[in-house]
Amino acid sequence: MDSREKILSRIRSQKGRDVLSKSEQDILARRIQAHKRNLVPKRSQIPPEDQIALFTEKMTELLTTVERVESSSQIPERIKAYLAAKNLPSRIKVSPSPLVANLPWEEVPTLEIVTGAGAEEDEVGLSPAFSAIAESGTLMMVSGPDTPSTVNFLPENHIVVVDVKTMCGSYEEAWDLLRSGRGTDDMPRTVNLISGPSRTADIEQRLIMGAHGPKSLHVILVG
Amino acid sequence: MSENTEKIEVALFVTCLVDINRPSVGFAAVKLLEQTGCRVVVPDAQTCCGQPAYNSGDRRSTKQIAGDVISAFKGYRYVIAPSGSCAGMIRKHYPELFADDPDMLLEAQDLANRTYELVSFLKDVRNFETNDVHFDQKVTYHDSCSNLREMKVVEQPRELMKNINGLELIEAEDREACCGFGGTFCIKYSEISEEMVDRKIDHLKATGADVISAGDLGCLMNIAGRLYRRGENMKVLHIAEILAGMGDVPGIGEERR
Amino acid sequence: MQVTSRQFKENSHKALQDEELRAALNRVKQGFTTKRREAADALPEFEQLRDQARDIKNHVLENLDYYLEYFESRVKDQGGHVHWCSTHKDAKDAILKICKDAGAKTVTKGKSMITEELALNKFLEAQGIEPIETDLGEYIIQLADEPPSHIIGPAVHKTREQVTELFHEHHQKYGYTEREEDAEKLVGEARAVLRHKYVTADVGITGANFLVAETGSTVIVTNEGNGDLTQSLPKTHIVVASLEKVIPTLEDVSTVMRVLARSATGQEMSVYTTFSTGPRRKDDIDGPENFHVILLDGGRSEMIGTELQELLRCIRCGACMNHCPVYHAVGGHSYGWVYPGPIGAALNPQMVGLEEALHLPNASSFCGRCEEVCPVRIPLPKILRHWREKAFEQQIAPKPDRWGIELWGFFAKRPGLYRQVTKIAAKMLSLMAGKEGRLKKLPFNNGWTRVRDLPAPQGETFMQQWQKKQKREG
Repeated sequence: MDSREKILSRIRSQKGRDVLSKSEQDILARRIQAHKRNLVPKRSQIPPEDQIALFTEKMTELLTTVERVESSSQIPERIKAYLAAKNLPSRIKVSPSPLVANLPWEEVPTLEIVTGAGAEEDEVGLSPAFSAIAESGTLMMVSGPDTPSTVNFLPENHIVVVDVKTMCGSYEEAWDLLRSGRGTDDMPRTVNLISGPSRTADIEQRLIMGAHGPKSLHVILVG
Repeated sequence: MSENTEKIEVALFVTCLVDINRPSVGFAAVKLLEQTGCRVVVPDAQTCCGQPAYNSGDRRSTKQIAGDVISAFKGYRYVIAPSGSCAGMIRKHYPELFADDPDMLLEAQDLANRTYELVSFLKDVRNFETNDVHFDQKVTYHDSCSNLREMKVVEQPRELMKNINGLELIEAEDREACCGFGGTFCIKYSEISEEMVDRKIDHLKATGADVISAGDLGCLMNIAGRLYRRGENMKVLHIAEILAGMGDVPGIGEERR
Repeated sequence: MQVTSRQFKENSHKALQDEELRAALNRVKQGFTTKRREAADALPEFEQLRDQARDIKNHVLENLDYYLEYFESRVKDQGGHVHWCSTHKDAKDAILKICKDAGAKTVTKGKSMITEELALNKFLEAQGIEPIETDLGEYIIQLADEPPSHIIGPAVHKTREQVTELFHEHHQKYGYTEREEDAEKLVGEARAVLRHKYVTADVGITGANFLVAETGSTVIVTNEGNGDLTQSLPKTHIVVASLEKVIPTLEDVSTVMRVLARSATGQEMSVYTTFSTGPRRKDDIDGPENFHVILLDGGRSEMIGTELQELLRCIRCGACMNHCPVYHAVGGHSYGWVYPGPIGAALNPQMVGLEEALHLPNASSFCGRCEEVCPVRIPLPKILRHWREKAFEQQIAPKPDRWGIELWGFFAKRPGLYRQVTKIAAKMLSLMAGKEGRLKKLPFNNGWTRVRDLPAPQGETFMQQWQKKQKREG
């Protein structure tokens, strides 16, 4: 008997039963396919503007900086100002996604825009969020041909653009948005839920930022 | 007489530690119960709730002892123990012990429903208010784990102490930490227990109180024993002794007068 | 991993003498407990969410075979592989084969308790493959050649000074010749050293906090981001998970996530929660080309349907040890195997044998704080008691303890005799103590009097005095 059979048959014999009947299996399959929500905290069930406020409050608590612009055309200028204020290099690794790659970068010629996946030498990365979740101040980043997940981790400083229309109150809303947005229940290779910049407390429980992932996280809300 | 017939009858589960080590706690309990209009009986066939066997893994002896306790206390409207630990054993663990024995389970459940820890019984069932009790001392109160987590007896002793004239209650830090007694644990793992009781005593001492009190004699003997070994000078009393106005007895482990 | 649970007493004696360890454990106690309390208080639904998390895990365990097969089929749908491993050896062999197929020389690793169970690092080293731990805490203890002392803070027992010395010793070869004293700079140094390792490793191994049946995803939860670099840069990603980690849906995972970080570190969410599903997709420009899930049983399926099944709800948050007074006193290494604290005391006897781990379920005051904070409400004291009962039944409890309890039980079952014996004992102890009111020494039982005086009995027993009073009052 191979390990698979051994494990499955032991589980069944410990339960004193055989393979679940067809009808029992159907009930479980339906439970999965129904995507039924368990208790969702009340704090997430609020109007859109309040969600944005809650998201900003939570993200700020998590030592993330947040700013809001009316239109995505303002982003390059804002990023230039942000990098200057933080005294960061002007070379940016940008996800190939049109949401960030096709911004009017020509307006800020001092910035060097490089599109592609994250690399060891990157100091600033820019990527678009698929969604953001207000209840805990969390970004949902989804991998794809033009949204490589390495841009979220390799650069020391990470800038994320969030379209406020994609703001969700809870994780559950974000999962539904992901399923409907992709038209399938299949997941992309990687979904990153990100709540703040990288940190560690492994040395004497002292909080230190930038353990392996980005040391700083800046969120630009659009709309 | 009519007066007697109006009184409700409660059976006192003395507990083995009170019986052997500190009968004054038992008499304080009797006094308090009588003050709330109870007639106290002390069934003769009682010994111990069985926890030493239960916590040592001797389930067979535990069940026998539990069976004896169940029959010794059959028929009383209320069974009262001056200990969260022993009351918890009867209320929570007796039914678990007989989970596979439907007849005994019924009886165990019945006893569990009738059994109370003393202070919560006084406060919640008898609406007891201390009156005319003076205790001019600063007191800090230790929550025994059974009272805190198993029996949820936390506010009742504090509320009753508040009404005592002259008593100032000072809360210690880290109230939820165990004192390190744990029955046979404190003997088998005395070094770990020592560390636990030392931390507890440090917190109790830091309150600046004169008196340490609690609702379980096991914790109190552990704390007092360590306190005296360390050469500290605080008085240790069971909460029932304070509430009953018997706070002038020599404390637990204290020199006799 | 070498099991040293038999030496629990010796281990804890050593730990109690270690001032640096005591300072570290005090930080655990202060930090984690306060933060958990604050996080729990800030979410009104926290207690209900704990109930639901428990119920979800129970539901999975009732139908574990179904969810595992479902998970497997979904991983396959996405182009990944699932390796069912009945034993630890099976798992090590499967990992080795994947590494060999990938021609691996170095392997980066995210934090994984299952790989600690496997003692995977030593195993890979023996096969000529260099494993590199990337979680900062795991990296520190790998340099120190020690096992973790806490499941979410593997190096909580280490001081900053000790880290300074370790890095000084091991980082000179990378050009760091100065002794770095500042914690922030130490983190920066580790970051720089490890950065290059991520990029050049052939295989990345991570654990999994959850396996999602619905989607075939594996989920890791970290604060550092090391797990993400570990799994997205090498060509091959191996996920090592035990079978009880499976959760039906993303909705169910969301519920369990809400109690996990709050219970562990007091965060609402850990910084990075990452769902990985299969290898990189067609047209993706990053991500691993191969995706393998090692599904380890390792003694767990035997727990299904028994008193121990409830342990399989554990989501490895560490709250039980963060709140355990025994853990606070002796630290993680005293427990002598992978899992310390109450969960270790309950689980290790099953994993390494009751005789070997006999001390662990006994070294508890049954204070119940672990059960009180467990996000999935595992009745840990009940399971510790279960092991004590097993040890008593199988007569592996130490003989003097058994005889003591049996002797005591003999009297406790005979009220008349008990009355006589207690009367004499109380009288004798009271006389021995005299005016002093307490005893410094006893002829037996030095466990009590080694550290405490024994408050002496007042004199006559309560029952004696009560009977006299009844007689007097007629």
